[in-house]
Amino acid sequence: MSAPAQDTAAPTQPPTTGKKPAGLPGGKLLLGLIVPAAVLLAWWLVTDVFGVFTATQLPAPQAVLEAGLGLMSSGDLWGHMGISVQRVLLGFLAGSAAGLLLGSLLGLSGLADRLLNPTVGAFRAVPSLAWVPLILLWVGLGEDGKVLLIAIGAFFPVFTSIHSALRHVDPHLVEAGRAFGFHGIRLLTTVQLPAVVPPVFSGLRLALAQAWLFLVASELLGASEGLGFLLTESQNNGRTDRLLLAIVMLALLGKLTDALLGMLERKALKTWA
Amino acid sequence: MSAAPTLERSTAAIEDPQPQASAPRLEARSLSVSFDAVGRAFEAAPVLRDISFDVTPGEVVAILGASGCGKSTLLRAVGGLDTGNSGQIRIGGNPVTAYDPRTAVGFQEPRLLPWRSVRKNIELGLPRELSRAAGAARVDELLELVGLADRAELRPREISGGMAQRTSLARALARRPGVLLLDEPFGALDALTRLKMQDLLLEVHAQTGTTVLLVTHDVDEALQLADRILLLGAEDSSTQAGATVKQLLTIPGRRPRDRGSAELVRLRSQLYAGLGVDSH
Ligand SMILES: Nc1ncnc2c1ncn2[C@@H]1O[C@H](COP(=O)(O)OP(=O)(O)O)[C@@H](O)[C@H]1O
Ligand SMILES: [Mg+2]
Repeated sequence: MSAPAQDTAAPTQPPTTGKKPAGLPGGKLLLGLIVPAAVLLAWWLVTDVFGVFTATQLPAPQAVLEAGLGLMSSGDLWGHMGISVQRVLLGFLAGSAAGLLLGSLLGLSGLADRLLNPTVGAFRAVPSLAWVPLILLWVGLGEDGKVLLIAIGAFFPVFTSIHSALRHVDPHLVEAGRAFGFHGIRLLTTVQLPAVVPPVFSGLRLALAQAWLFLVASELLGASEGLGFLLTESQNNGRTDRLLLAIVMLALLGKLTDALLGMLERKALKTWA
Repeated sequence: MSAAPTLERSTAAIEDPQPQASAPRLEARSLSVSFDAVGRAFEAAPVLRDISFDVTPGEVVAILGASGCGKSTLLRAVGGLDTGNSGQIRIGGNPVTAYDPRTAVGFQEPRLLPWRSVRKNIELGLPRELSRAAGAARVDELLELVGLADRAELRPREISGGMAQRTSLARALARRPGVLLLDEPFGALDALTRLKMQDLLLEVHAQTGTTVLLVTHDVDEALQLADRILLLGAEDSSTQAGATVKQLLTIPGRRPRDRGSAELVRLRSQLYAGLGVDSH
């Protein structure tokens, strides 16, 4: 028997050779640092050098650094950060797990979709922070209430992404799966779930950002520890240096958790996309 | 042994009404298909009506017809992908079941899972009850058969359209179908790749002996590959809506056939006339 000769048709995609933009490898990064450096310089000039602002209005950059070092050595900063991260992770995990479950159910079952989608849609129409008074009333704004509020924030992006992705899985692929004897849970794990991995990761990243947003909201509303608490406490004490420190810490933690999720996403996309 | 009716192909056709669960080799396995007054309507608009004919095991039947006349609809009914038809379709004497495991479909688009390698895509077609080792051995054989042994670990986006269709064909063969259903499998390929795929199909048929129903809109492809050609279309004399068997032609001669033979030239114009096209 003769194996069929090679096709004349070219591969559908050219091999992707990473072509770097011209210039130094780190050039892009350096370019992006110009504006932040200028801002830092201006900040230092208007505070420390010319004294345009009082320390309560705007402390000097090194004051923020000192505040950070002080809170670090006393261990307070680690405590605030630890509890905030814990709340975000718990709320994010709970919210996205619920979003994945409900989104899968409605995405896969036409009956469940018709039955529940209007209700879920109505809940989604409520700006999530409007639930705060009810949560205060029913759960209280202790740990449970905070995690619940964060979970609500994380729920909808995940729910929406998996729900709509499952509704739009290529029907040709699903039919091919069925034609080869796949159905039920095997069809789900073989065809449908892998197909929705990329959009679900976008949803998860959005949910993580929402989780940080709702963390700050819940801690501003009442807390005795956490970065949000550090914000209000510093504001009340006129410690603007600490206040700015809390903001920087929130930015760093948000960026760090997003980068970790992004790494996971890249790994998943390599396998599933 | 009494003289069994000899077929023109080397592979003996075996009627196999109780499909065996699995066998480790690509051996002959072919089933008959019978259509008895088959019809299909979508929202009361008839697409197919009153289709009756029989396909013998191991036969290659091409289904030819104008675009939109219901060729895919008929093929999907045989595969149990669509169960809304009237009349009766039997495979090996037994009615078609939903997503009938005795059949395998090669779609017009390869429909490969983009996140799986060529090998893993072919594995999708393996019968569930096959052991892991036997499955791997069968996939190896199929990769060899369709000439993709050295591309087995590539993803669908890394291979050409022709290779993707070969993968799709191998996936269909992995379940050793009694009836192979091909819906314009080469329609989207360039002319040269298409000719190579036609040769591959004949080779697959010679090795497996499977019954083949091949939907095509290409008259020459049908004349090259088929034992018989079923021309679907609305009857000229009839006012009833819906396509039915317009012509059922037996193609003389063994494959590969001489395209220029007087007999084929005559059949070609007959088919073009049936399709409502003037041939010169
Ligand atoms: N699921 C469906 N619902 C409604 N109409 C359909 C469906 N499938 C096919 N049809 C109609 O049946 C006719 C035949 O379609 P098809 O079998 O795909 O034609 P062909 O394969 O010959 O081009 C077309 O008019 C098409 O619109
Ligand atoms: Mg069609």
